[in-house]
Amino acid sequence: MLTSHVRGVRPGGGFPLRIELEHYPRYSPYGYGLAQASEVKVNNVDFNQEFTARMIPKVEWGALVEAAESLGHRSDLPSEPIPDYGSNEDFLRKVHHVLMEVEVIEGVLKCPDTGREFPITKGIPNMLLSEEET
Amino acid sequence: MKKLKLKELESCLQQVDGFEDPKLLLEQYPTRPHIAACMLYTIHNTFDDIENKIVADLGCGCGVLSIGSAMLGAGLCIGFDIDADALGVFNRNAEDFEITNTDIVQCNVCSLPEEMAKTFDTVIMNPPFGTKHNKGMDMAFLKTALRMARTAVYSLHKTSTRQHIQKKADDWKVKMEVLAELRYDLPASYKFHKKKSVDIEVDFIRFSSEKKTNEGMT
Repeated sequence: MLTSHVRGVRPGGGFPLRIELEHYPRYSPYGYGLAQASEVKVNNVDFNQEFTARMIPKVEWGALVEAAESLGHRSDLPSEPIPDYGSNEDFLRKVHHVLMEVEVIEGVLKCPDTGREFPITKGIPNMLLSEEET
Repeated sequence: MKKLKLKELESCLQQVDGFEDPKLLLEQYPTRPHIAACMLYTIHNTFDDIENKIVADLGCGCGVLSIGSAMLGAGLCIGFDIDADALGVFNRNAEDFEITNTDIVQCNVCSLPEEMAKTFDTVIMNPPFGTKHNKGMDMAFLKTALRMARTAVYSLHKTSTRQHIQKKADDWKVKMEVLAELRYDLPASYKFHKKKSVDIEVDFIRFSSEKKTNEGMT
Protein backbone atom coordinates (compact mmCIF):
# COMPACT_ATOMS: atom_id res chain seq x y z
CA MET A 1 0.00 0.00 0.00
CA LEU A 2 1.20 3.45 -0.81
CA THR A 3 0.14 4.77 2.53
CA SER A 4 2.27 2.27 4.33
CA HIS A 5 5.20 3.41 2.28
CA VAL A 6 4.64 6.96 3.26
CA ARG A 7 4.17 5.91 6.82
CA GLY A 8 7.36 3.93 6.80
CA VAL A 9 9.32 6.67 5.20
CA ARG A 10 7.99 9.31 7.48
CA PRO A 11 7.64 7.44 10.72
CA GLY A 12 5.17 8.94 13.11
CA GLY A 13 3.59 10.94 10.32
CA GLY A 14 0.34 9.26 11.24
CA PHE A 15 1.70 7.96 14.54
CA PRO A 16 1.22 4.30 13.88
CA LEU A 17 4.77 3.29 14.51
CA ARG A 18 7.71 4.73 16.23
CA ILE A 19 10.80 3.29 14.68
CA GLU A 20 13.41 2.75 17.28
CA LEU A 21 16.59 2.62 15.30
CA GLU A 22 18.67 5.45 14.05
CA HIS A 23 20.16 4.55 10.73
CA TYR A 24 23.68 5.17 11.75
CA PRO A 25 25.20 6.31 14.96
CA ARG A 26 26.54 9.53 13.72
CA TYR A 27 23.61 11.72 14.62
CA SER A 28 20.82 11.41 12.16
CA PRO A 29 17.36 12.87 12.29
CA TYR A 30 15.89 9.87 10.51
CA GLY A 31 14.68 6.86 12.40
CA TYR A 32 15.63 3.89 10.30
CA GLY A 33 17.04 0.56 11.22
CA LEU A 34 20.41 -0.22 9.82
CA ALA A 35 20.08 -3.34 7.76
CA GLN A 36 23.69 -3.79 6.84
CA ALA A 37 26.84 -1.81 6.89
CA SER A 38 29.31 -2.92 4.35
CA GLU A 39 31.85 -0.25 5.12
CA VAL A 40 32.18 1.59 8.39
CA LYS A 41 34.84 4.18 8.93
CA VAL A 42 36.04 5.72 12.17
CA ASN A 43 37.04 9.34 11.69
CA ASN A 44 39.00 11.51 14.03
CA VAL A 45 36.82 14.44 15.01
CA ASP A 46 37.84 17.09 17.53
CA PHE A 47 35.98 16.61 20.79
CA ASN A 48 33.56 19.43 21.52
CA GLN A 49 32.30 18.95 25.06
CA GLU A 50 29.70 21.70 25.07
CA PHE A 51 28.17 20.58 21.79
CA THR A 52 28.13 16.92 22.78
CA ALA A 53 26.35 17.69 26.04
CA ARG A 54 23.78 19.77 24.21
CA MET A 55 23.10 16.94 21.77
CA ILE A 56 22.19 14.36 24.40
CA PRO A 57 18.63 15.55 25.08
CA LYS A 58 18.07 15.90 21.33
CA VAL A 59 18.92 12.38 20.21
CA GLU A 60 16.76 9.31 20.61
CA TRP A 61 19.09 7.70 23.06
CA GLY A 62 17.83 4.12 22.71
CA ALA A 63 18.05 4.34 18.95
CA LEU A 64 21.55 5.74 19.09
CA VAL A 65 22.80 2.99 21.38
CA GLU A 66 21.15 0.28 19.33
CA ALA A 67 22.59 1.58 16.07
CA ALA A 68 26.03 1.89 17.63
CA GLU A 69 25.73 -1.64 18.93
CA SER A 70 24.75 -2.96 15.50
CA LEU A 71 27.96 -1.48 14.12
CA GLY A 72 30.07 -2.90 16.91
CA HIS A 73 30.80 0.54 18.35
CA ARG A 74 28.60 0.71 21.43
CA SER A 75 31.62 1.95 23.39
CA ASP A 76 30.07 0.89 26.73
CA LEU A 77 27.26 3.39 26.46
CA PRO A 78 24.57 2.70 29.09
CA SER A 79 20.96 2.19 28.06
CA GLU A 80 20.05 5.54 29.63
CA PRO A 81 22.16 8.70 29.67
CA ILE A 82 23.80 9.09 33.07
CA PRO A 83 22.21 11.79 35.29
CA ASP A 84 25.00 14.39 35.46
CA TYR A 85 26.36 13.87 31.97
CA GLY A 86 27.21 17.53 31.42
CA SER A 87 30.22 17.36 33.72
CA ASN A 88 31.37 13.83 32.95
CA GLU A 89 34.03 14.19 30.29
CA ASP A 90 34.69 10.48 30.06
CA PHE A 91 31.04 9.77 29.28
CA LEU A 92 30.79 12.65 26.83
CA ARG A 93 33.86 11.44 24.97
CA LYS A 94 32.17 8.10 24.41
CA VAL A 95 29.04 9.83 23.14
CA HIS A 96 31.19 12.00 20.89
CA HIS A 97 32.83 8.92 19.44
CA VAL A 98 29.54 7.24 18.61
CA LEU A 99 27.84 10.41 17.43
CA MET A 100 30.58 12.01 15.40
CA GLU A 101 33.34 9.54 14.62
CA VAL A 102 31.68 6.32 13.52
CA GLU A 103 30.41 6.71 9.99
CA VAL A 104 28.78 4.29 7.58
CA ILE A 105 30.38 4.82 4.20
CA GLU A 106 28.59 2.09 2.26
CA GLY A 107 25.48 0.36 3.47
CA VAL A 108 21.73 0.19 3.43
CA LEU A 109 19.09 1.66 5.68
CA LYS A 110 16.04 -0.46 6.03
CA CYS A 111 12.71 0.74 7.24
CA PRO A 112 11.49 -1.89 9.71
CA ASP A 113 7.91 -0.95 8.94
CA THR A 114 7.80 -1.27 5.18
CA GLY A 115 11.09 -2.94 4.37
CA ARG A 116 11.94 -0.10 2.01
CA GLU A 117 15.68 0.20 1.66
CA PHE A 118 17.67 3.38 1.31
CA PRO A 119 21.23 3.06 0.09
CA ILE A 120 24.18 4.85 1.66
CA THR A 121 26.87 5.62 -0.88
CA LYS A 122 30.12 7.40 -0.04
CA GLY A 123 28.65 8.26 3.33
CA ILE A 124 25.55 9.90 1.85
CA PRO A 125 22.21 8.27 2.61
CA ASN A 126 19.78 8.59 -0.29
CA MET A 127 16.34 9.21 1.17
CA LEU A 128 14.70 10.20 -2.11
CA LEU A 129 11.29 8.72 -2.79
CA SER A 130 9.76 7.81 -6.09
CA GLU A 131 6.68 9.72 -7.16
CA GLU A 132 4.38 6.87 -6.13
CA GLU A 133 5.80 6.93 -2.63
CA THR A 134 5.16 10.55 -1.83
CA MET B 1 38.44 28.00 18.45
CA LYS B 2 40.56 30.57 16.75
CA LYS B 3 38.74 33.66 15.61
CA LEU B 4 38.32 33.73 11.88
CA LYS B 5 38.20 37.15 10.28
CA LEU B 6 35.61 37.93 7.64
CA LYS B 7 38.27 38.29 4.94
CA GLU B 8 39.85 34.98 5.91
CA LEU B 9 36.50 33.24 5.82
CA GLU B 10 35.74 34.71 2.41
CA SER B 11 39.06 33.67 0.96
CA CYS B 12 38.61 30.15 2.34
CA LEU B 13 35.18 29.94 0.79
CA GLN B 14 36.62 30.98 -2.54
CA GLN B 15 38.35 27.60 -2.59
CA VAL B 16 35.04 25.76 -2.33
CA ASP B 17 34.16 24.17 -5.65
CA GLY B 18 30.79 24.97 -7.20
CA PHE B 19 28.41 23.16 -9.51
CA GLU B 20 30.08 21.40 -12.39
CA ASP B 21 27.01 21.38 -14.54
CA PRO B 22 24.27 23.49 -12.94
CA LYS B 23 20.73 22.22 -13.38
CA LEU B 24 18.17 24.76 -14.44
CA LEU B 25 15.23 22.98 -12.92
CA LEU B 26 16.85 23.01 -9.51
CA GLU B 27 17.86 26.67 -9.79
CA GLN B 28 21.43 25.78 -9.01
CA TYR B 29 22.93 29.21 -8.65
CA PRO B 30 26.04 29.25 -6.52
CA THR B 31 26.13 31.26 -3.31
CA ARG B 32 29.06 33.57 -4.00
CA PRO B 33 31.86 33.40 -1.42
CA HIS B 34 31.41 37.05 -0.53
CA ILE B 35 27.70 36.66 0.21
CA ALA B 36 28.19 33.36 2.00
CA ALA B 37 30.94 34.82 4.17
CA CYS B 38 28.90 37.91 5.06
CA MET B 39 25.86 35.81 5.95
CA LEU B 40 27.80 33.38 8.11
CA TYR B 41 29.83 36.10 9.77
CA THR B 42 26.67 37.95 10.79
CA ILE B 43 24.97 34.78 12.02
CA HIS B 44 28.04 33.95 14.06
CA ASN B 45 29.06 37.34 15.41
CA THR B 46 25.77 39.12 15.86
CA PHE B 47 23.55 36.22 16.91
CA ASP B 48 25.94 33.48 18.03
CA ASP B 49 23.90 30.88 16.18
CA ILE B 50 26.75 28.78 14.79
CA GLU B 51 29.44 27.92 17.33
CA ASN B 52 28.68 24.64 19.14
CA LYS B 53 25.29 24.52 17.46
CA ILE B 54 23.66 21.88 15.32
CA VAL B 55 23.02 23.51 11.99
CA ALA B 56 21.00 22.40 8.95
CA ASP B 57 21.73 23.70 5.46
CA LEU B 58 18.70 23.17 3.21
CA GLY B 59 19.36 22.91 -0.50
CA CYS B 60 23.04 22.88 0.40
CA GLY B 61 24.29 22.21 -3.12
CA CYS B 62 28.07 22.04 -3.10
CA GLY B 63 28.12 22.96 0.56
CA VAL B 64 29.58 26.45 0.77
CA LEU B 65 27.34 27.48 3.69
CA SER B 66 27.87 24.18 5.51
CA ILE B 67 31.62 24.33 5.12
CA GLY B 68 31.67 27.94 6.27
CA SER B 69 29.56 27.00 9.30
CA ALA B 70 31.95 24.19 10.13
CA MET B 71 34.86 26.63 9.91
CA LEU B 72 33.12 28.93 12.36
CA GLY B 73 32.84 26.15 14.91
CA ALA B 74 29.46 24.53 14.34
CA GLY B 75 29.14 21.36 16.41
CA LEU B 76 27.66 19.59 13.41
CA CYS B 77 26.24 20.88 10.16
CA ILE B 78 24.00 18.62 8.08
CA GLY B 79 23.46 19.53 4.44
CA PHE B 80 20.29 18.41 2.66
CA ASP B 81 19.95 18.41 -1.11
CA ILE B 82 18.14 16.48 -3.80
CA ASP B 83 21.00 16.40 -6.29
CA ALA B 84 23.60 13.65 -6.09
CA ASP B 85 26.06 15.47 -8.36
CA ALA B 86 26.14 18.56 -6.16
CA LEU B 87 26.49 16.42 -3.04
CA GLY B 88 29.42 14.62 -4.62
CA VAL B 89 31.15 17.99 -5.00
CA PHE B 90 30.21 18.82 -1.38
CA ASN B 91 31.86 15.59 -0.25
CA ARG B 92 35.06 16.42 -2.10
CA ASN B 93 35.04 19.96 -0.75
CA ALA B 94 34.72 18.69 2.82
CA GLU B 95 37.59 16.28 2.21
CA ASP B 96 39.77 18.97 0.66
CA PHE B 97 39.23 21.23 3.66
CA GLU B 98 39.64 18.30 6.06
CA ILE B 99 36.34 19.17 7.63
CA THR B 100 34.87 16.43 9.75
CA ASN B 101 31.82 18.00 11.34
CA THR B 102 29.61 18.15 8.28
CA ASP B 103 27.20 15.48 7.16
CA ILE B 104 25.11 15.06 4.04
CA VAL B 105 21.67 13.62 3.36
CA GLN B 106 20.25 13.27 -0.14
CA CYS B 107 16.54 13.97 0.02
CA ASN B 108 13.75 16.20 -1.12
CA VAL B 109 13.85 19.09 1.34
CA CYS B 110 10.11 19.61 0.99
CA SER B 111 9.32 16.11 2.18
CA LEU B 112 11.55 15.87 5.24
CA PRO B 113 9.83 13.93 8.02
CA GLU B 114 7.91 15.67 10.76
CA GLU B 115 10.13 14.08 13.40
CA MET B 116 12.83 16.51 12.52
CA ALA B 117 10.83 19.30 14.11
CA LYS B 118 13.11 21.39 16.32
CA THR B 119 16.01 18.97 15.91
CA PHE B 120 18.35 21.74 14.84
CA ASP B 121 19.37 24.94 16.57
CA THR B 122 19.86 26.91 13.40
CA VAL B 123 18.81 26.49 9.78
CA ILE B 124 20.82 28.29 7.12
CA MET B 125 19.83 28.27 3.49
CA ASN B 126 19.98 29.85 0.11
CA PRO B 127 16.77 28.35 -1.23
CA PRO B 128 15.66 28.25 -4.84
CA PHE B 129 13.99 31.60 -5.41
CA GLY B 130 11.01 29.80 -6.84
CA THR B 131 10.70 31.98 -9.88
CA LYS B 132 11.21 29.96 -13.02
CA HIS B 133 9.72 26.50 -13.04
CA ASN B 134 9.18 25.89 -9.39
CA LYS B 135 6.95 28.65 -8.14
CA GLY B 136 6.49 28.67 -4.39
CA MET B 137 9.59 26.57 -3.77
CA ASP B 138 11.18 29.29 -1.64
CA MET B 139 8.20 29.27 0.70
CA ALA B 140 8.14 25.47 0.85
CA PHE B 141 11.78 25.55 1.94
CA LEU B 142 11.04 28.24 4.49
CA LYS B 143 8.17 26.29 5.98
CA THR B 144 10.33 23.20 6.38
CA ALA B 145 13.17 25.27 7.82
CA LEU B 146 10.93 26.88 10.43
CA ARG B 147 9.78 23.45 11.54
CA MET B 148 13.34 22.23 11.95
CA ALA B 149 14.92 25.17 13.79
CA ARG B 150 14.74 25.75 17.50
CA THR B 151 16.30 29.18 17.46
CA ALA B 152 16.42 30.78 14.04
CA VAL B 153 16.30 30.40 10.28
CA TYR B 154 18.57 32.46 8.04
CA SER B 155 17.60 32.68 4.43
CA LEU B 156 17.89 34.66 1.20
CA HIS B 157 14.78 35.82 -0.63
CA LYS B 158 14.12 38.14 -3.50
CA THR B 159 13.45 41.64 -2.20
CA SER B 160 10.47 41.88 -4.55
CA THR B 161 8.74 39.16 -2.52
CA ARG B 162 9.33 40.77 0.89
CA GLN B 163 5.72 41.76 1.51
CA HIS B 164 4.48 38.32 0.64
CA ILE B 165 7.00 36.73 2.97
CA GLN B 166 6.15 39.16 5.77
CA LYS B 167 2.50 38.21 5.43
CA LYS B 168 3.35 34.52 5.63
CA ALA B 169 5.62 35.13 8.60
CA ASP B 170 2.77 36.91 10.38
CA ASP B 171 0.43 34.02 9.58
CA TRP B 172 2.96 31.57 11.01
CA LYS B 173 3.58 33.83 14.02
CA VAL B 174 7.23 34.10 13.20
CA LYS B 175 9.36 37.14 13.78
CA MET B 176 11.07 38.33 10.62
CA GLU B 177 14.04 40.70 10.49
CA VAL B 178 15.64 41.80 7.25
CA LEU B 179 19.32 41.88 8.19
CA ALA B 180 20.65 43.15 4.89
CA GLU B 181 19.74 43.96 1.33
CA LEU B 182 22.16 42.39 -1.06
CA ARG B 183 22.87 42.59 -4.71
CA TYR B 184 23.01 39.04 -5.81
CA ASP B 185 25.15 38.61 -8.81
CA LEU B 186 23.91 35.71 -10.88
CA PRO B 187 26.57 34.72 -13.32
CA ALA B 188 25.26 33.79 -16.74
CA SER B 189 25.47 30.12 -16.04
CA TYR B 190 22.44 29.18 -18.05
CA LYS B 191 21.84 29.61 -21.72
CA PHE B 192 18.71 31.71 -21.30
CA HIS B 193 20.70 34.50 -19.65
CA LYS B 194 21.70 36.77 -22.47
CA LYS B 195 23.58 39.30 -20.39
CA LYS B 196 26.90 38.39 -18.86
CA SER B 197 25.53 38.55 -15.37
CA VAL B 198 22.31 39.72 -13.81
CA ASP B 199 22.04 41.57 -10.54
CA ILE B 200 18.94 40.92 -8.51
CA GLU B 201 18.01 42.40 -5.18
CA VAL B 202 17.94 39.90 -2.38
CA ASP B 203 17.05 40.18 1.32
CA PHE B 204 19.07 38.38 3.93
CA ILE B 205 16.44 37.53 6.52
CA ARG B 206 16.41 36.10 10.02
CA PHE B 207 13.28 34.30 11.14
CA SER B 208 12.80 33.36 14.77
CA SER B 209 9.92 32.14 16.82
CA GLU B 210 10.71 34.32 19.80
CA LYS B 211 9.04 37.65 19.91
CA LYS B 212 11.99 38.98 21.90
CA THR B 213 14.48 41.07 20.02
CA ASN B 214 18.22 40.63 20.41
CA GLU B 215 17.74 36.94 21.08
CA GLY B 216 21.12 35.38 21.42
CA MET B 217 22.99 38.65 21.40
CA THR B 218 25.63 39.07 24.01
